Amino acid sequence: MANVIETERESKGVLTVESMLPLRFRINRVRKETHDAFTLDLEATDGAAACKFSPGQFNMLYMFGVGEVPISISGNPETPDTLVHTIRAVGPVTKALRTVKRGEFLGIRGPFGSTWPVAEAVGNDVVVVAGGIGLAPLRPAIYQLFAERERYGKIAILYGTRTPADILYRRELEQWRARFDIEVNITVDRATSNWRGNVGVVTNLIPKATFDPYNSTVLVCGPEIMMRFTITALQKRGVPLDHIYVSMERNMKCAVGFCGHCQYGPFFVCKDGPVFSFDRIKDWFYIREL
Amino acid sequence: MDTLEPILQEHPFLMGLNPGHIKLIVGCASNMRFDAGQKIFQEGEEANAFYVVRSGKVALEIYAPDRGSLIVETLGAGDILGWSWLIPPYQWHLDARVVELTRLIALDGKCLRKKCEEDHELGYELLKRFASIMEQRLEATRMQLLDLYGERD
Repeated sequence: MANVIETERESKGVLTVESMLPLRFRINRVRKETHDAFTLDLEATDGAAACKFSPGQFNMLYMFGVGEVPISISGNPETPDTLVHTIRAVGPVTKALRTVKRGEFLGIRGPFGSTWPVAEAVGNDVVVVAGGIGLAPLRPAIYQLFAERERYGKIAILYGTRTPADILYRRELEQWRARFDIEVNITVDRATSNWRGNVGVVTNLIPKATFDPYNSTVLVCGPEIMMRFTITALQKRGVPLDHIYVSMERNMKCAVGFCGHCQYGPFFVCKDGPVFSFDRIKDWFYIREL
Repeated sequence: MDTLEPILQEHPFLMGLNPGHIKLIVGCASNMRFDAGQKIFQEGEEANAFYVVRSGKVALEIYAPDRGSLIVETLGAGDILGWSWLIPPYQWHLDARVVELTRLIALDGKCLRKKCEEDHELGYELLKRFASIMEQRLEATRMQLLDLYGERD
């Protein structure tokens, strides 16, 4: 009975013991992705419930003795036995996470937050616009789109990053690129003459991508400035604002809308987001320092 | 005989120009083909053309003595290459190197400059279109300079 009550309370975004209690996960694999990004494959040791997630959601990763950070889930929702997180080492906790080894343990709370509207996009063209590490939170949505490819129109993946060496999931991107039913375009901000791909900002790819702007769902994730320019480019193509979804990043602490650290206008990014329809947040998106 | 008129008049860059102006521009146009590795133009050379990329990929590069050739931007199908033909001293500021087999329509800049001097309406229409491309490229360059994906403090 207690579980039922707690589940009801949790669905309303109220702090519960369960939502604050990290479960122990074993690290099964550590992969270096780029000079500052790495991927952890984790396995639950206290029960598998936390592995089930929907694309766009995040977990709180607790490095024992160091601290906790919110990290988007970047694995395949169809294979919940392995929890996958791609992390960029930028702060004290993520830098400490970079030192973990196979067989060690992390605490995990989650999954939390809203999801990419993959099911709602059925019948539409889907455009995925990712910048830098922003490809990681979008990868589960891409897996889900591929799993039911026939239910969608055109799919375009547009990815921009700093240099060729910073390309995330390089091998997978090459595999996706080899498919005939998906358009994959990658661009980098700077490169030397041995690079045969595109150079330029990710927004340059939008006018050339093949999709019907009026019947598309667009998923955008990356640094906020990149998302701002992306939205302008999408508007120029004629994509309605309520067809654009963005993943917002704020200082999330409790992850259940209790502490208020991630307040964004009338929303809590942890509970109401991180994925928002742009139409829903447009009044706050351009307010500086919010 | 087939001319480049149908291709040029449907190109977004020239769309909306009156048919007389399109004819003038077509008179200065010719088809070109470059293989991978070839240079279309090089920094310092006289700039006497601009190009409509029909297919392929062109890298715009700057040579830095201690770092080699750095790609500033790549252009592909549908893009307009080159505006130095329009602005004195009519000299290229970058190298344009072909990354993969590229087909372009070259527009003779000397011929067009003369026609623009004689017909200011054509000159204004072309300038408006080039100003728009310059604005887009400037905005893109600013974004690249921001180093959006770099490490934050």
